[in-house]
Amino acid sequence: MSQHEPHLLLQPAPMLRQGMNTPRAMLDVWLALLPATLAGIWFFGLGALLVLLASMAGALATEWAFTPASRRRAAIGDNSALLTGLLLGLTLPPGLPLWMAFLGAAVAIGIGKVIWGGLGHNLFNPALVGRAFLLGTFPIAMTTWAPSGGPFWEIPPSLLALPFQSPAYDALSSATPLGLMKFEQQGTALPELLLGNTGGCIGETSGALLLLGGLFLLLRRDFDWRIPAGIFLAAATFSALLSLTGDGYPGPLFTLLSGGMLLGALFMATDPVTSPLTPRGAWIFGLGTGFLVVLIRVFGGFPEGMMYAILLMNAATPLIDRYTQPRVFGRGGGRDRGEQTS
Amino acid sequence: MSLFNLFGGGFSHGVHPAGHKEQTVDRPIQRVPFMDRYVMPLGQHIGAPARPLVSAGEQVRRGQMIAEAGAFVSTCLHSPVTGRVRGIASERYPDGSFRPAIVIDADPYSTQQVEPRPAIDWAALPMEAFIEQIQRAGIVGLGGAAFPAHVKYAIPEGQRITRLLVNGAECEPYLTNDHRLMIERPDALLRGIEILLTKLGAERATIGVESNKPDAIEVLKQRIEPGQPVEVVSLPVKYPQGAEKMLIKAVYDQEVPAGQLPRDIGVVVNNVGTLVAIADWFDRGMPLIERVVTVSGPGAAYPANLIVPLGTPVREVLRFCGGLKEETREVIMGGPMMGSPVASLDVPLLKDSSGILAFTEAETARPPAHPCIRCGRCLEACPYFLNPSRFARLARARRFDQMKEIQLMDCVECGACTFACPSNIPIVQLIRSAKESIRHKKVEAA
Repeated sequence: MSQHEPHLLLQPAPMLRQGMNTPRAMLDVWLALLPATLAGIWFFGLGALLVLLASMAGALATEWAFTPASRRRAAIGDNSALLTGLLLGLTLPPGLPLWMAFLGAAVAIGIGKVIWGGLGHNLFNPALVGRAFLLGTFPIAMTTWAPSGGPFWEIPPSLLALPFQSPAYDALSSATPLGLMKFEQQGTALPELLLGNTGGCIGETSGALLLLGGLFLLLRRDFDWRIPAGIFLAAATFSALLSLTGDGYPGPLFTLLSGGMLLGALFMATDPVTSPLTPRGAWIFGLGTGFLVVLIRVFGGFPEGMMYAILLMNAATPLIDRYTQPRVFGRGGGRDRGEQTS
Repeated sequence: MSLFNLFGGGFSHGVHPAGHKEQTVDRPIQRVPFMDRYVMPLGQHIGAPARPLVSAGEQVRRGQMIAEAGAFVSTCLHSPVTGRVRGIASERYPDGSFRPAIVIDADPYSTQQVEPRPAIDWAALPMEAFIEQIQRAGIVGLGGAAFPAHVKYAIPEGQRITRLLVNGAECEPYLTNDHRLMIERPDALLRGIEILLTKLGAERATIGVESNKPDAIEVLKQRIEPGQPVEVVSLPVKYPQGAEKMLIKAVYDQEVPAGQLPRDIGVVVNNVGTLVAIADWFDRGMPLIERVVTVSGPGAAYPANLIVPLGTPVREVLRFCGGLKEETREVIMGGPMMGSPVASLDVPLLKDSSGILAFTEAETARPPAHPCIRCGRCLEACPYFLNPSRFARLARARRFDQMKEIQLMDCVECGACTFACPSNIPIVQLIRSAKESIRHKKVEAA
C-alpha cells in the first residue's frame, strides 16, 4: 500500500500563530482614524483632502526613495508610512500649502524614521517629528486656520502656493478653541468640540469620532489602553486643580476635548515603537504626557502642547523601559533590574 | 478553598491558541496492530543512554528488559514486541540524528502476550527499592519532556513532599491523548495516585484539568471515593498551563523560585500518563512499552487516539490512520507549540511522542517577517514575565552574556511569544540557538 510521501518541511514549532500581523495592525489604526478624517474633510472641504493626500504621498515617496531596493516592497507593504502620512496630515491646518505638507511628510519619514534604521528603531514619533519641523520652519502657515464650514469644493488659494513662496491668505481666518481660550479667555461649547465644527487641525476637531476610533482600537487590542488612560487621568486631574485656583484656567472637560488631546492620546502617544514596552512604563508614559500637555498649554507660549509633550516622553521611553522591567517569575524583588536597557 | 481559587485560579500571561481538539476528542483509544519491525533508541531522554542487554539474533519477549539504565538519570528499556533482535545499529532518531538503537523483528506467530508476573507489594517496599522499581519499569514523564520519572521521587534528606500535583491540563492544541486516558482509565490513574501519595508520604493529590475537558473532570470526580485525599480542579484554558511551574501557580497560587524545583516547595508534579504507567507496572507487571498518541492535524486522513508500541515507525502509525493527505507539508512529533518537525517518516515513536500531527500549507505558510514594532504582545504572552522582544534583538546581535543577565535560562521555550508576535519574528528559535551557543561555549571552555 503506497502512502503519499510529501517533501517534508522542517519549520520549527510553534506551528500556530495568532491572527494579528504588523501590516494589519497599522491598517487598523488607519481605519480607526477614518471617521475623524472624513469629518475633517467634510468640515474643511476639498482642500483638507488635498493636504492629507500630499502628506501621504510625501511619506510613501520618501519611504520608497530612502529604503534600499531589496527592502522596498516590505517597507511600503507594512503600511507604516501610509499611517505616518495620514497622522501627520491630520495634525496640519486645513489651509497649509501642499508643498509644505509633502515636505513635512518627507522629513517625518526621512529624519523621523529611516535614518534611525527604519520601522521599529526610531525614538520619536515620526509624524510628530514632521510636524515639529513644519511648526519650527513655517510658524505662520502652521498657525493660520482656514475656517470650517465653507463651500466644500472651494480650495483655499494658500494651498496652491508654489514651493518656497509665502502663501497668500484670505482675510478670512478662524481661531481654534485652544487659541480662543488662551488669548481671549473664551470657551467653546462642548457639543461643538464633540462634533468638530470648530477651527483646528484637519483631524483633531471631531472629539466623538476620535473616541469612536479609539474604542475600535481598544476592542481589537491594538494599543496599550494604559497610555491614553494615563494621559486623560493626569491631564484631567492637573487641569481640575488649576481651574480650582480660579485664574480662568480651562476645566478638565475642555482640556480633554480640545486641541490635539484626543488625536494625540489615542493615536500618537500609543505608537508602540516610541512608547514603553512594559505595563508600568505605559502608565508612567501616559501620566507624564498628560501632565506635560497641561503644563505647556497653560504656561507655554503656544496654545497647544500635545506634540511637545509626546515628543518629550518619547525621549524618556528608553529610560522608562529600563527601570520598569517586569519581575521575572520565581524571582522576588525586582529592584535589581536597573542594569537592563530596553 | 482560597479566594484565589474562587476567582478561577490560573497563572498570569500566557496565550489562547485555538484548541483544534474536536477532531479526536471523541475518538476512543484504539490499539494499532503489531508491525514487522521495531526500533528502540537507547537515548530517549535527557541523561545517560540505556546500556543494551541483548545482542543480535537473541529471542526477546514482549516486556522483557532489553537495556538497563546507564546511570541514575536514565531508565531501562523493554522490548515492545516478542521477536528476535536484528541488531544494535545506528538509526535515525526523530530529531534527525543517527544514534544507537536496538532493532527487533517481530515474531509473526507470537500472541504478543506480556508474561504474567505477580503484582508487586509496593506498600512494603522501602523507598530506595520503590525508586529502583520505577527505573526498572522504564517510566519517564509522559507529558512531553520524557524526564526519567524516578529521579523526581528521590527526595533529598530534609525535604518533605506534601502535595502531589497531577497534570491533566493538556494545554497543547490538537492533543487529546491525556484527555482520553482520563476518561478511559480513571481507575488506573487514581491507583497510580494512591501508590505515589503513599510512597511520597504526601497528604493530598490535586488533578489539574483544563475546563475544556468537562467529561474527564466529571468521570474523575465520580471515581474518587469519599475520604480519598484527591481532588479535581478545573482550570481556565490557557497555554502553557501544562508547564510544571505554571500548573503549580494555577493550582496552588505559589511561585517556584527560579532555579529551584517543585520539590523545593514540597510538590511533585506528574502527568496523568505517567501515573497510569506506574499503576500498570505495579498491578499488571507491564513496563513502559507503549503509549497513547494523538494522530491529528489537517493533513491526517483519519485523526485518532492510538495506543502504540514504542519503536513503531511513524510511517506505520500514519498508514494505520489512512496515511497523509496530499496537501501535507510538515509532520510534527509532540504538540504544535513545543513539538519538533521530522525530516523523515522512518523514525520510531519514542516515550515522549504525545502526538503525530500533520500540517498543510494553511498552517505552515509564514507571512514575511517585519521589524519588531515593540508592541509588547510577547511580554504579555510570556508566562515567566521575561522580555522576549529584547531576547530576539540581543540574540541577533549575538550578545549572549547580556541575554543571560536578563534571565535567558529561565525561559522554558514554550513559544507563547512567537505565537503572539505580529511581526512573525522567530523569537523562540533565536532564544534556542542562543542557549545552544552558550552551551557550546561552555563545553569548549571546559
